[in-house]
Parts: sequence; C-alpha cells; structure tokens
Amino acid sequence: MTEHRVDLAVIGAGPAGMAAALAAAEAGTRVAVIDAGVRPGGQYWRSPAPGAGPFRPATLHHGWRRFTSTDTRLTELAGTGRVLRLAGHHVWSILPAGDEWSVHCVLGAEPRQHGTPAPVTVHARRLVIATGAYDRQLPFPGWDLPGVITAGGGQALLKGNLVVAGQTVVVAGTGPFLLPVADGLARYGARVAAVIEANSPLAFARFPRAVLGATGKLGEATGYAGRLLRHRVAVRHRHVVLRALGTDRLTGVLVGKLDRAGRVRAGTEREIACDVLAVGWGFTPQLELPLQLGCATRVDVDGSLVVTVDEDQATSVAGVWAAGEATGVGGADLATVEGRLAGLAAAASFGADEVGDDRALRRRRTSLRGFASAMHQVYPIPQVMLERCSDETLVCRCEEVDAGTIRRAVVELGATEARIVKLLARPGMGWCQGRVCGFATACLTARHAGRPVAEADLRAFADRVIAAPTPLGQLATWPGDEPPAGDGG
Amino acid sequence: MPDRPPRTPTSTTSDLVVVGAGIVGAACAYHATRVGLSVTVVDSGPITGGTTGAGEGNILLSDKEPGPELDLALLSNRQWRSLADLPLDGTTFGRAVELETKGGLVVATGPAALAGLTRLAAQQRELGVEAIAVPGDRLPDFEPHLTDDVAGGYRYPQDMQVQPMLAAAHLLRLARRAGATVLTHEPVTGLLRDGERVTGVRTPRRDIPAGAVLNAAGTWAGEIAALAGVRVPVAPRRGYILVTEPLPPIIRHKVYLADYVADVASDSAALQTSTVVEGTGAGTVLIGASRERVGFDRTISLPALRQLAAGAVRLFPVLRDVAVIRAYRGFRPYCPDHLPVIGPDRRAPGLHHACGHEGAGIGLSLGTARLVAQSLIGEPPEIDLHPFRPDRFGPEVPR
Amino acid sequence: MSRPHEFEILFDGTPLPCRDGWTIGAALTAAGVRSWRTTRHGQRPRGLFCGIGICFDCLVTVNGQPSLRACLVPANPGDDVRTQEGTAR
Repeated sequence: MTEHRVDLAVIGAGPAGMAAALAAAEAGTRVAVIDAGVRPGGQYWRSPAPGAGPFRPATLHHGWRRFTSTDTRLTELAGTGRVLRLAGHHVWSILPAGDEWSVHCVLGAEPRQHGTPAPVTVHARRLVIATGAYDRQLPFPGWDLPGVITAGGGQALLKGNLVVAGQTVVVAGTGPFLLPVADGLARYGARVAAVIEANSPLAFARFPRAVLGATGKLGEATGYAGRLLRHRVAVRHRHVVLRALGTDRLTGVLVGKLDRAGRVRAGTEREIACDVLAVGWGFTPQLELPLQLGCATRVDVDGSLVVTVDEDQATSVAGVWAAGEATGVGGADLATVEGRLAGLAAAASFGADEVGDDRALRRRRTSLRGFASAMHQVYPIPQVMLERCSDETLVCRCEEVDAGTIRRAVVELGATEARIVKLLARPGMGWCQGRVCGFATACLTARHAGRPVAEADLRAFADRVIAAPTPLGQLATWPGDEPPAGDGG
Repeated sequence: MPDRPPRTPTSTTSDLVVVGAGIVGAACAYHATRVGLSVTVVDSGPITGGTTGAGEGNILLSDKEPGPELDLALLSNRQWRSLADLPLDGTTFGRAVELETKGGLVVATGPAALAGLTRLAAQQRELGVEAIAVPGDRLPDFEPHLTDDVAGGYRYPQDMQVQPMLAAAHLLRLARRAGATVLTHEPVTGLLRDGERVTGVRTPRRDIPAGAVLNAAGTWAGEIAALAGVRVPVAPRRGYILVTEPLPPIIRHKVYLADYVADVASDSAALQTSTVVEGTGAGTVLIGASRERVGFDRTISLPALRQLAAGAVRLFPVLRDVAVIRAYRGFRPYCPDHLPVIGPDRRAPGLHHACGHEGAGIGLSLGTARLVAQSLIGEPPEIDLHPFRPDRFGPEVPR
Repeated sequence: MSRPHEFEILFDGTPLPCRDGWTIGAALTAAGVRSWRTTRHGQRPRGLFCGIGICFDCLVTVNGQPSLRACLVPANPGDDVRTQEGTAR
C-alpha cells in the first residue's frame, strides 16, 4: 500500500483532466493526475504502445499537438515534483477524511490480474473530477452478437492497438462522433459499408448562432464527410439499424429509413452485409465518483445525467470541481476549456495570486456549450428504437434481462421507477453495474410507467458505492481511518 | 395500467389502510385480504423502496434466542413454507420469489464460542428448531470451501433465503388481485381522527378513510406514530452488504459466525461486523453484516467495508481473488429491546402497528401479518402479542 | 532482455500472432476471433463490445485466471488464453 499526499487530485487524464492539472500546477499547486489508462490522453487521445506499429497521429487524432504540448509540460512539472502522474490507477472510492479526501485506487491495466502492484491511496485537499464518458447504447434485436461493438470500442481498438475491428464495417447510431470512427476505420483498411445516422446535420440550420459561435466545429465534421466521400463511404442520414443479423456472429445488419414522424418507413428495410457493426448513440458521462461525493446532478439536453457546476466549474460540494463530459457531453475542445477553468479555480482556492485573466476562456466555453446544446438537439435519441424494443429484445447484457422482464416489473409488479425495476428484474445488477443498459432501462421504465425519464431513474444506474471491481483480498487489508464512534444512541 | 393513482381523489372507505409498501406492509395487506378485508396500501416512495430493498432476504431461526422473537420466527417459517407452494402464474410463489430452503450453517472459531452455540442450539431444539451439530472435521462435507480454522458448527435446515424485493412485490400483487389498492409516491401527512379514534390517513392527494390504520412504515414508523401523538421508538441501525461478481454455487448455505447472534442483540452504537456469507440464485455472493447506529447517515464507511471483506476472506479463503462489484447500505428499523412492535395501540384506538423488526423483517413479515390479520378481525392471535405491545416503552425520555 | 516486437499467444491451444503493446482483445480481433466467452444463463457467445473496460463482455481466462477484461489485459509472449464458459470457476 502506497500513500501520496497532494493539494489537488485530478481524476482523469483526458482533455479535461490534463488541462486542469496543467493549469493548477502552473499556478503553483501540487497536483496528482490519476487515470485508469496506462497512457495519458483518455479515450480522445488514446495512443498505442510503441510496439504496436507505426503510429501516425494525424491519421487518427484531432488536436494532437495540444495533447503533446500538455503532456510534455506535465512531464516537465513531474520532474520538479509539482505534478504526480498516476497512470493505471482505477479509483474505486473517494471518501472524506477530515479536511481532505482519500482517493482509493486499485492498480494495473486490469487491476484484478495477478501480479498487479499494491493499491494506492491519494490524500488531497481539493478534487477535480474529469472522468469523461463512454458510448451510450440502445438495445435492438441481435445487439449482443459478437461483431457488434460500440463506436468508441472500434475507435479504441484502432487508437490503442492500431487494429481494425473487422473487414467490412457498418458504423451506426447518431452523432458527429460516428464520422471520425468511420474515417479512421476506412484509413486503416476496413471497408466501411455505410454510416447509418439516425438524424441529419441539416437540422443545424435551426441553430445558426450556435454554429457561428463555435468556430471550426462544423468544419471539423465537414472535413470527415469529405474524406468519407473519397473513401466511397455512403452516409445514410435518417436511417437506423433495426436488427443485427447472424446466429453466433454478426453477418449483416437490417437498416430502415425514418419518415418525418421518426417511424420506419414501410418498404425501406434492407440488409447490409458486414462482419462488424460499430454503434453508439451519444455518450453517457461517468458519474459514480461525483455521486459518491454527493455532488448535485441535473439532466442535460441530451438526456444524460451530468454534474451541476457553477461558472467556476465548482460542484455543489465544497472543494470539488468538475470538467469535461461529466458536466455535460460537449467534446474535447469544451472539455479542455472547462478543465483549464476548473484547474485555475482549484488553484485560486489555495490563494494562488496569479491565475490570469480567463474572460476569453469563459467566452469560449459559452460558445462551445451553445454548440453542444445545438448538437444534442440535432442528434437526439430516435424514440423509434425504444418503441420497437419487443419483449424478446435483450436489454441487460450481463444478467441477460430482456425487455419483457423489464416491462412486467413495471406493469405487473408495480415498479414505478428504474431503481425498483433494477431490484425486481436485475437489469444493471451484473458485471457492468448498469453502465451499458442503464440509460435504456431508465427510458423503458419511464415509457411503461407513462411518464418522462426522471433524474432519479438515471441516478439509479449511476450511483455506485464501488466504482471499480475490487478484489476482496485487497479490500480486506485496506488501511484507513479507525471506526467512527456512533451517536451513543 | 394497474396501480396508477387515480387523478381524482377518492374517498372510498377501506377496512384497512396499510402505511408502508415494504415487505411487512405487503405481507399484512396480503393477509388482510385473505381474511376478507378491503385494503389500501400507501407509501411515500415506490414499493419495496426502503429497508426491504436493501435486505439480504433472511428467513432465519438459527439466530433467534428463545423468547417471543423465536416464537414469531417459528410461526413465520411455517407461513413461508405453506405460501411457497401456492400456484402463481404457471409457477409457484416460492419459485417466483426465489425462496431457497437451503439451510443455515453457524460456525464457531474457538471452543468457547462453540460451547455457547451448543447451549443455544439445545435451547432452540426444545422449542422445535432443528439444529444439527457438525464437528469441525465434517464441516467440509457441507461447505467445501470453508476455512479449516473452525472448531465446529450447527446446521439449521429450516433457515431459508428469499429475494425480498420480489417477495414484497408479489405479495402486493396478490393483495391487488384480491381487490387491494396500492398508492405509491404518496406520503401520509396526517391521520384522520374522530375524537381519540384514528379513522384514516391524509395524503397530499386525498383523504383515505378506513376502519383501521396499520403502521408498517419500517424505519420511518416512529414518524407515523407521532402523527397519532404516540411514541414508538423505532430508530435506524445502518448496515452494509458487499456483493461479489457472479460465481458458480460455491457457497451452499447461509454461513455465519456464532458471534452474529451476540451482535444482533448488542446495544452498542459503535460499528460491529459479524461475518455472514451466502450465495444467491443470481450467482453473486452477499457478504454482511455490519451494524452501526449513526442515524440516517448514508456516507460510506471504509472500516465497515474492510471488516466485511476481511471476515469473508477469513471464513472462505477462496474469496480472496473474487471482486466486489457492488455495495449497498440499508437502515434496519430497531427498537431499544430489539423486538418488533405488533398489534393495536391502546393509546390511539384504530391505529395498529407492524414495525421495528430490525434486521429480521423479511423473515418475520408473514408471521407478523398473520397476527395482525387475526387481531383485526377479533380472533385471538396465535401468539401472545403482549411482548410486542406498542406502549411498552413508556413516555418519551429526553436525551 | 528486451521484448520481441512480435510474438505468439495461445488461444484455446492455437498460436495466434501478436504485437507488443496489443491487448489480448486486440490480438484476438486481429486474428479474426470474435467471441471468447459464453454467457452464464443463455450460453450465448460474447467478445469485444465497449473496448474500454466498461462493459465486461470480453471477459476471458488468461494463464488460468478467469474473468479478466480482454480489452485491458496487455498480451505477453506465450500467454495461454482460453474461452471462458460462464464464470469459469
């Protein structure tokens, strides 16, 4: 067991966390950057190990120069002892301990593997939560077939290993993220049979101010679209994947076109042969740690549960700031800006005298948030996916709970909210603890209960006392505070 | 859709309003409909949302010392067994609620604990509890992965386990089928009175007049009692449970250390953990049991989690490499004398109680419900209710 | 001793080529393997899904240790990777 003591612990080393750590460290704060990944960058700037092959960042990465300059600077500061870079540290719990926080980590690429290093606890007076997000999923028939992967999974395989997920790939779901996924796969030799996008970017016309305000954001997407055209990749807007085909592995997908009302237009269903489907419907912020801390949350425009923050990225809990996707999905540029603001605010709380004029940064944040909000409205979850979820459709992949079991928990057993559906039907009770099926279960519960999704439904699948699986043997020997005395009651 | 509260307030009179849609309220609603009463259940939250939703599902005789609680546990055990065979939608009630008659195994680490356990078992046996001595060297026959560092133990074949949330939901469903109404997310904010008499409940949406009101509000029962101006000193006793990744059935019984019995009966406020380990139908292993009196504090206690993990690994070394994937806490509703409160309240005619079952409410619910139903229709209860009487605690004592 | 950049791992006894820095999941995917686990209840095949350690669908037994996330575990020369049936214990 190793212990570290710092002023500020930044949880997450993606764009938000790196920016926060650098800003705080340069303002004189002693910072630990704690990240589960073995290399810095988070999901966005995930990079391969040197042995994996020739890595050309420009083919896979946006803003790579920003990453390398931040990374270099953090390494320099690590050399002076100002910054502690803790990679491969999976935080399973953060607990208050007097006037500081104890951040408890298990270590390793896969912490439960034999031979991983002993656990670590980081003691910090302040926290910045920059835990990012992962692909949001919706159930459909066949989505558990091998060969169906998340869009982010396809991207991670490529960025982290330079391995292409399959030979013929369909990229599907909704949101601008699908384009770089398809582009990367095509560049590295996959045949991308189609991009199946449930919505249409033409809807951005409804948000001219948001688009104009966020310089470059739409251009980024246009760039990918142009390259996909050169790779002869068809982007089918207002189409959805209705079914993944195959018995033991994916052989194709059935897609259909949506009409104006968002329903599948009769006669438009057709099959596309593929061995991989990379699918995603936006992102789900990773909130177990801020929820452990008691941070207030809200439901964002995209329907995700996010941490509520003020103008300084401060959460409702004193001494805790949050930045990036955890405060609302908005992409790496917004995450970087928010991270920097959070880092500066955390540093200022220690009395750092020179934290710079950040008004331009705040203006940039406003415009990027405006763009993100427009983006969420352009790329909403297609309700048809939930409407078409038949009783036989698998929802919880871990516990193998189908939609019928969830429906019966509501209409027959009287569960009125997602937490009770979880207790009665077990969706979200398995290995992944609802990270994959939580959003869909919340939506299905609300549908059957005849009401909109409530914050409580989403919290039921985000509230985790144990944020990462922890071996009993390690937990059993965890040092820590002595038992608190009771109230004498 | 069933159970959706009507948009317009109703003023239909029920024979009984049950306050609380946890296991005790659900069991009481079910038994009340069985004796022909019309029932409305009302809860401030969802069904099975309080302590029931945080329970392990114990139906135990083994941890009960001779006395009124063991009498109630024996009655409840018989109730669970007879309900298990009830046909239900092509299966049985028992299967629908994952009732497992797997039995308990209580083990003692040293000669002193074993001697205490042997004394307890002898007393229990006189009252009809099956308790079978297992010498230390025979314990592997029953639990192959148990540590060999145990002196011996006792098997309790009558101990059972149930999925408590499913049990409560199905009991409520059976009650609804017999005509009961279940109103959720509707807090009881006041009681209707006719002089001294309690004649129904008031919620923000409606008045619900009733012949009798049953307080089955679990850890919150003291607040309902206070609405009638009477004191029922139910307080929360926090507990955590660790849940492992799914495993094959490597733990066959509910296995616990003999000191659990002493901890349950203890009056200490400080953290106590006594190791309780059991597999579930879902494949996960549940690890308990911690007890702390800290009010409704939901903060996670690292010492509690650590002690639970250490106890489990000591009892079953095979669990060392097994990952904990979840932990949850609940608040057991306990009374100062560790006995539940059951029956009519002489201080407020029309008000009845079924609360304060501490950590045993799942198991004791059906017996409690039978006694409540008998008392409501004026039959002599099968067990003397005197030890459970609501006014046994005396007036409020300032602390 | 420096590690070779290319080596082999075993999947259910069959050698598969692997590059240093790959995860077990990447090596299996590169070799065209799509599933290496069956589920506990329906015995359905599963493999890589989220690819970032979130979903636990890609659980696999490596060198006798079950239920490791293939998408996270770095591959090492000679690793003995085996299909995992249910909980593999």
